[in-house]
Amino acid sequence: MTALSASPAFRRLPAGRLVVYAIVAVIGVVLVLAPFLLHGNVRGIDVAARICIFVVLVASYDLLIGYTGIVSFAHTMFFGLGAYGTAIALKAMGPGFSAILAGGAAGVACALVLAVLIGLLSLRVKAIFFAMVTLAAASVMLVLASQLSDITGGEDGLIYEIPRFFSPATKLLTGADGKVATLFGVPLNGRVALYYFVFLSALVLFLVMVRIVRSPLGTVLEAIRENETRAEAIGYRVVAYRTAIFCLAAVIAALAGILRAVWLKYAGPEAVLSFAIMIDILLMVVIGGMGTMIGAIIGVVIMSLAQFYLKDLMQAAADATSGLPLVPDLLNPDRWLLWLGLLFILLVYFFPAGIAGTLLGKGGHK
Amino acid sequence: MKTTLARLGGVYLLPVAIGIFTLFLIPTSTWLTLTIAGLAMGMMIFLMASGLSLIFGLMDVLNFGHSAFVSFGAFIAASVLAALSSWVSGGSAALNIAALLLAVAAATTFGAAAGWFFERVVVKPVYKDHLRQILVTMGALIVAEQLILAIWGGVPIAVPRPAVLEGSILIGNVAIETYRVFAFLLGLAVYVAMYLVLRRTRIGLLIRAGVENREMVEALGFRIDRLFIGVFMAGSALAAMGGAMWAGYQALITPTLGAEMMILVFIVVIIGGLGSIEGSLLGAIMVGLTANYVAFLMPKMALASNMILMMAILLWRPYGLKPAVQK
Repeated sequence: MTALSASPAFRRLPAGRLVVYAIVAVIGVVLVLAPFLLHGNVRGIDVAARICIFVVLVASYDLLIGYTGIVSFAHTMFFGLGAYGTAIALKAMGPGFSAILAGGAAGVACALVLAVLIGLLSLRVKAIFFAMVTLAAASVMLVLASQLSDITGGEDGLIYEIPRFFSPATKLLTGADGKVATLFGVPLNGRVALYYFVFLSALVLFLVMVRIVRSPLGTVLEAIRENETRAEAIGYRVVAYRTAIFCLAAVIAALAGILRAVWLKYAGPEAVLSFAIMIDILLMVVIGGMGTMIGAIIGVVIMSLAQFYLKDLMQAAADATSGLPLVPDLLNPDRWLLWLGLLFILLVYFFPAGIAGTLLGKGGHK
Repeated sequence: MKTTLARLGGVYLLPVAIGIFTLFLIPTSTWLTLTIAGLAMGMMIFLMASGLSLIFGLMDVLNFGHSAFVSFGAFIAASVLAALSSWVSGGSAALNIAALLLAVAAATTFGAAAGWFFERVVVKPVYKDHLRQILVTMGALIVAEQLILAIWGGVPIAVPRPAVLEGSILIGNVAIETYRVFAFLLGLAVYVAMYLVLRRTRIGLLIRAGVENREMVEALGFRIDRLFIGVFMAGSALAAMGGAMWAGYQALITPTLGAEMMILVFIVVIIGGLGSIEGSLLGAIMVGLTANYVAFLMPKMALASNMILMMAILLWRPYGLKPAVQK
């Protein structure tokens, strides 16, 4: 893009770009006002918080797969380390912000050390090799989490208390009558505070990542993705940059893990460490659009909605075809991943840039 | 010193070294049982890993969906054995063996057919693009796993084992499970067959040449795409065969079987070096032995031990022990 066409006076906003920004704006408004829009709908708020956390997780994965061209299967491992660190500290030290801080810091530190080790050990070889090494590392971590049951609670996971400040009994503002103040009929209690804690942390992390990809570092990463040999020849040390971004993504994933642990008040292999989450992240980032950042938001929202509404649709279809052999089994709501997997393959073939990438007119990967 | 070691077998001495080292830690009779179990497990993993490794070496394609062939092989073998239950439990040893061979053959045939479909439909459009290859084969793996769940359901399935291979042979006070011996011999036969095909036939020569330099083979006028299909089908068939043998070994299989084995297969391929049959065999034997010894010495460390083994070998040889092409 030349300087001329980039200047606002000469550039008309293409329709696709407008659509993407409009969608993201709507999602943003809904997430900002979620406690008020979804008042009384516990599951709705839960989905909103999950979307906030996964946007961070998926965007940090996009740093790797979309901007640098690294395929890692260890992202849930880092997510889980952050979550388990927080969970173990909250369990051991009791509910308090110091526990979140200490446990979170320990989890992030573990994630960083592991990322440095894996990065230096295997980022100098081929992309495919790296994918295999991270997959092996992640599955060993999963086995360790379920076997070291004295520390991690095994398959059952850990249940713990979070600071009192976040409990529904806490009054953020007291009205004239001494009861908790309400805004638009919603009591301003600790639950609202917890949602905004998650939302604002996620927002800050997301903006940091947007800043990173716009910085010179982001440009170098894209240069490495497009042509590794040329980047090396220009004088950038490819292994150092790759390791750096891998560590950065790991730290952000661990921070997202802390948010998840605080929101859920539970950490277990299925919830924060399982391979199913890795598949979710992969689907989200590809559906949304690799290398766009904003695609993370779209991908996460679509997947989250699909998880709830696709199942209903499939149940209806399964009931309608209950007389046929095998068809109802394939349409069983539990098999929703089957159809999403097919969609995923078609998307990779025909729209490798994903939804946001296609609308924004980015080339994606050739 | 170094040349003496190389003359004696070089890296091939590693499994022997592991064996001798653990001999000091484990009572001899237990050690023998564990070693046989490790060798049998190694041979079954070799069946699964060799195809993956060869496909990667020749086509530069890493098939993350490979474990789907393993799972399908296991479930098809289980279904065939269940259908032939009168043969399986009957007294005649010939019928017993026939039932097992039929089950393995059914799984292998399915693997070859599914491999053909996979190569044509899924992998072909994304040759030479690693990122999309990983994504597409991963997507195919998700679909395949869901299909298994839809067809066979999520509950564990018991696999009837032929009566003649049930039980064990006693040598002194060492009990050796018959099935393990059978699995080891089958794996060995497959290895020998692969070795002969790769080293003694014209097709094998072309495959080895293709692993070394694909463009050159194409430039000399050979239809490399036909080789691709052939190797992909053979690799998938071997994976399904490995899955079928593993089903009989485990006697109880779940839909996550493929995914669990895949981790070991990846570790084997990484240890052995991508693209080489000898490396896969070496890696598989080492992983099988280590898994069994450690499971006896420190049960909780079983899977982590293989990971540590892999890390150590990667530090020492970043491209694996026996890569097909020296880089």
